[in-house]
Amino acid sequence: MFKRSRENQFNGNQLLHRSMRDTTLVRLFILPTIILLIAINIFPLFWSLFLSFSSYSAKGATEWGKNPEMIGGLNYSRILTDPRIWTKFITTAKYVVMSVGGEMILGFGLALLLQLKFKGKGFVTTFLILPMTMSPVIVGLMWRLFYNPNWGMFNYLLGLGKIDWISDPARNLYSIVLVDIWMWTPFVMLLSIAGLSAIPKYLYEAAEIDRASWWFKFTRITLPMVYPLLLVALIFRTMEAFKIFDLPMGITGRGAMAPPLLSMYLYNTAFVTWKTSFGASLGYIMLIMIIAITSLFIKYLNKAKT
Amino acid sequence: MAGIVKKKKNISRFFIIFILIVITFVYLIPLLYVVNTSFRPWIDIKEYPPKIMFKPSISSYIRIFTSRAVYAPGKEPTEEEFANMKWYERIVYEETNEKIIRIGDLPKRYLNSIIIGSISTALTIILGTCAAYGFSRFKVRGKDDLLFFILSTRMLPPVVVVIPVFLMFRFLGLNDTHLGLILLYTAFNVSFAVWVLKGFIDEIPIEYEEAAMVDGYSRLQVFRKIVIPQASTGIAATAVFCFVFAWNEYAFAFLLSRTVAQTVPAWLPYQMGVLGYDWGAAAAGTAVFLLPAMIFTIILRKHLVRGITFGAIRK
Repeated sequence: MFKRSRENQFNGNQLLHRSMRDTTLVRLFILPTIILLIAINIFPLFWSLFLSFSSYSAKGATEWGKNPEMIGGLNYSRILTDPRIWTKFITTAKYVVMSVGGEMILGFGLALLLQLKFKGKGFVTTFLILPMTMSPVIVGLMWRLFYNPNWGMFNYLLGLGKIDWISDPARNLYSIVLVDIWMWTPFVMLLSIAGLSAIPKYLYEAAEIDRASWWFKFTRITLPMVYPLLLVALIFRTMEAFKIFDLPMGITGRGAMAPPLLSMYLYNTAFVTWKTSFGASLGYIMLIMIIAITSLFIKYLNKAKT
Repeated sequence: MAGIVKKKKNISRFFIIFILIVITFVYLIPLLYVVNTSFRPWIDIKEYPPKIMFKPSISSYIRIFTSRAVYAPGKEPTEEEFANMKWYERIVYEETNEKIIRIGDLPKRYLNSIIIGSISTALTIILGTCAAYGFSRFKVRGKDDLLFFILSTRMLPPVVVVIPVFLMFRFLGLNDTHLGLILLYTAFNVSFAVWVLKGFIDEIPIEYEEAAMVDGYSRLQVFRKIVIPQASTGIAATAVFCFVFAWNEYAFAFLLSRTVAQTVPAWLPYQMGVLGYDWGAAAAGTAVFLLPAMIFTIILRKHLVRGITFGAIRK
């Protein structure tokens, strides 16, 4: 499962005479990457932090030097006190809970079923993982076709009438959740399979001798052993579902009818109504939440390594 | 007694296989439906209940690759002109009464996707392999912090990063250029590449390198002649992952490109035919676009778990 990463370093006096040249070399190897990341990712983020404390619109301002007016933390206080924006946080939370929950249950269930060895298992697994590497926006487009209220296959197969799953604000959150589950269940499934196949067989054999029940084996052996990988899957999926943007855009077209998810709102604020700095502050709030989830993941990774 | 137990086991076994096959089939329905729609003749596309069986037609594929105009009333081609038409012109004319004017926008977008995807992948792999080797084999001050920093850049939501990047690119004149998207995708992929490649390089026994250095190889020679060949599978898998990411990416492409450097995901959902939204063509475009990703998925099957967890899980 987790191989301990070997500390493959030359240390000690063994290769000491090379150390001077090695320092320059290692700088040469690592610096380009760091510089690129600072230029493309970090510098813009600081810029955006500065903007988030100002009132600035990027609309039409093609010339440089149009000064943003500093307004302090007004953007932030407006976001945090506006109940309409809070509903967007709640919708996003609902989206995350429903889609990630569904994926975890279905993915783990499928992985359990796939423990069985049979001919054609490879085919089944391969078919199931196909959606995972597809472009989310194109998957959205595909499902827009599938969901079409007038002639789509979805309503027909389920025997529903001409129900609008795309533009009806009461329903489209759920239809997007369904697509998210369709797309990412294989992710949880793959990780669960990896976890399940790493459980040593002798544990089950020992339990067999003790005539342990199926339930006992499941709760005392299977779950604790797979738990670390399920956690990885959970963190990854939570992070991705929280910032979901391309799927709703694909399903609802330009996004005007999209459910009030945070990233959709951010897009509308920053690029449709061009309240750039307001969008930047909202972005920073999202960023802080993402960083919190990410650091959980990293913490876990480090714990698994040692 | 034993026989009964065995029989019971067999039945549950068949039951599970049956369930799995049903689930797989249900899972594939949306995909099959799109492929099915893409081969549907124009008049059958909006049929309800949906037609599954029909005489397949490739006119949707012709439409997604071409730009067309409807014949004005009274200007329809004569019998003689019709006889002189090329086969694809005839198919389109017969189905939608349209005339092919020129090659459509898809081939150009497709080419953009390929160019941006492959150049950014190449850059990512060069930068990523070097950095991964550096992190794997040397003592770097603040290594864990640096690696954390590198990974965290990848976790940023595109919608958030895109606001300042949009302003920066506009200032530098990089909006809607190939270079802009290439730089952006390289920056976003390199963090992923460093993590995955570091895992692959960590697995190469260090003894090879030590032996080579005793034989008088320099560091660079060791890197070129031992590490890269040893890590080639890992590098190839990482490259495919990076390409798939660039191929699929939507948010940046949608917000930072308009026409010149636009990639397929930013364009396909919004193309309108003369006759309203052309769902047949959209389905054909989807099929053409998803095919490479599907092939890559099948190639990558073994490394998929490792790739999607940034090398955290090595199986």
